[in-house]
Amino acid sequence: MFEAVVITIATAATPLLIAAMGELVVERSGVLNLGVEGMMIMGAVTGFAVAQTTGSPWLGVFAAIAMGAAFSLLFAFLTLTLVTNQVATGLALTLLGLGLSGMIGEAFIGLPGVKMGTLYIPWLTDLPYVGRLVFGQDPIFYISILLTAGVAWFLFYTKAGLTLRAVGDNHASAHALGIKVTAIRYLAVMFGGACAGLAGAFLALVYVPQWVEGMSAGRGWIALALVVFASWRPWRVLAGAYLFGAVSIGQLHAQALGWPIPSQLLSALPYLATIAVLVLISRNRRLTMVNTPACLGQPFVPDR
Amino acid sequence: MRIELVKRPQQSRLFSALSPFIAFALTIAAGAILFAALGKNPATTLYYYFIDPLTELWSLHELAIKAAPLILIAVGLSVCFLSSNWNIGAEGQFIVGGIVGSMLPVLFPEMKFWFVLPLMLLMGMAGGALYAAIPAMLKVRFNTNEILTSLMLVYVAQLFLDWLVRGPWRNPAGMNFPGTVRFHEYAVLPEILPASGRAHWGFVFALVAALVVWFVLARTLKGFQVKVLGQSPRAGRFAGFSSGRMVMFAFLVSGALAGLAGISEVSGAVRHLNEKLSIGYGFTAIIVAFLGRLNPLGIVAAGLVLALTYLGGEAAQISVGLSDKVVRAFQGLILFFVLACDTLIHYRIRLVRPHAAAAGEASHV
Repeated sequence: MFEAVVITIATAATPLLIAAMGELVVERSGVLNLGVEGMMIMGAVTGFAVAQTTGSPWLGVFAAIAMGAAFSLLFAFLTLTLVTNQVATGLALTLLGLGLSGMIGEAFIGLPGVKMGTLYIPWLTDLPYVGRLVFGQDPIFYISILLTAGVAWFLFYTKAGLTLRAVGDNHASAHALGIKVTAIRYLAVMFGGACAGLAGAFLALVYVPQWVEGMSAGRGWIALALVVFASWRPWRVLAGAYLFGAVSIGQLHAQALGWPIPSQLLSALPYLATIAVLVLISRNRRLTMVNTPACLGQPFVPDR
Repeated sequence: MRIELVKRPQQSRLFSALSPFIAFALTIAAGAILFAALGKNPATTLYYYFIDPLTELWSLHELAIKAAPLILIAVGLSVCFLSSNWNIGAEGQFIVGGIVGSMLPVLFPEMKFWFVLPLMLLMGMAGGALYAAIPAMLKVRFNTNEILTSLMLVYVAQLFLDWLVRGPWRNPAGMNFPGTVRFHEYAVLPEILPASGRAHWGFVFALVAALVVWFVLARTLKGFQVKVLGQSPRAGRFAGFSSGRMVMFAFLVSGALAGLAGISEVSGAVRHLNEKLSIGYGFTAIIVAFLGRLNPLGIVAAGLVLALTYLGGEAAQISVGLSDKVVRAFQGLILFFVLACDTLIHYRIRLVRPHAAAAGEASHV
């Protein structure tokens, strides 16, 4: 029972974790991309469509990653090359993604999806209590954990990570040192897009293997909130994602138990929890000030 | 080939006026490509999208019905966006306005007096404003990111509405369909010209709101504060303007207008409250606000254009069998082109060939 609950929490947490990890890298480079929801839903529809037509969930995953990265290029071109307002452009990306995905996905409504299998290692997966949790989940779960470790290592233990953080904290100085600010930000935005696409593929291939319009249901926005909650630290994103996973699974279990509480109130809990957590974190101004990338959301036009 | 931006010494007046039109032309071109890719004749489809709905009188009324909430919400959003307050939860404020305004005809159906309707409108505005006050207060008091909180409240409002119309407010005689009782005559926003179509007074409210907000922004100290605090909070502080009060002001104004849009839609167009109230006007209004270049008078025109895409989407679905889901993708494209074209106002765009740039650098040495 306990193991089953933890596994469902992991399933709810994984898409949030992956999307938030991508956005964390984007924001560390000084760019605020509010288009996570749009890139995620584009990933979901692409992943579903490709897996459904080819029968291969892995092709679906790769297509979703490619779509997320390609879709984020639209945002990158506008905000980095044409220096448009990042908040407005991110919103535009989300609105366009929701619209386009609805259009693409219309042909796939109601079709049976392809569910990605789970890992099975003889003996290890059969271990009592922890076997299925550690050795028996879907592959994307393992990718999400590796991704967290990889991003933490990259940001704080490599020179490239230091450069990326320098670009996010002071783009003018970084530029003066000869660092290609815009090029680094392009790469960061595309990484964020690829992660959002992967998170979307998880939704459509593991979480609910079918296409439902608007199936991301605000998860992209919750991922954005998680980055703030984690004060731009990878391992705290992981903790936050599992906390939110627990809240959303808890409300599902409460609905199943048939408590005399309206199901809509329970469904609203993850969103209310997001607000509560944001308030708690932002109350502590010093904590947020120290960790916020100083150039977050600011336009950069190189002087020549 | 590389794109390089050269800052203009001052904003280009020419492109300030032209950019929405260039953006719209580019959207039409992109739309034609999109329609062709979907296997439809672009010219015919564009005709049904943008011309056909304008050819009949009843259809113009429908245009006004769709434009009213878009303009009302977007006018309020212009105050928010100009002052750098990113209220993206107008959809939630719209819903709450509709709910609070509906309290009288739903909970007190026996109250049938002339003042019911004005009271409903006021209550709708108050409801929207109070709902917008939540992210505003959290921003002022705790420095909480208003983008995320206002958006989360949209989902909460949608679920709350869903609960009301399926639960306590459901019409007992409604055959189990979600929705309240139909409003009595004193609770219905009247039609402007009942002889020719359904357009209700919400459209007039939208025009009045646009004029008033335009006047406040262009001609009063408050409007000056909005723009100064939006462009340079530091300069605003030196001038003694309170940014906390501005946050409250912007959110309350836009919340009230979104609430008015909500109750006008419920009482004028639908005439009872149901779960389908939220169809994304609050998000489309963001596109309207930017297409109107955050100018209330421009927003009136932009609201009519976006309303036209809704009607055109329906017309194209009926006439050429194009899915109505294309509409939202099309609307998203508009915002992209608008934002891209706004760059022309502040920058000159130069295309630089790599070897030419290298030669230029060499000549400096």
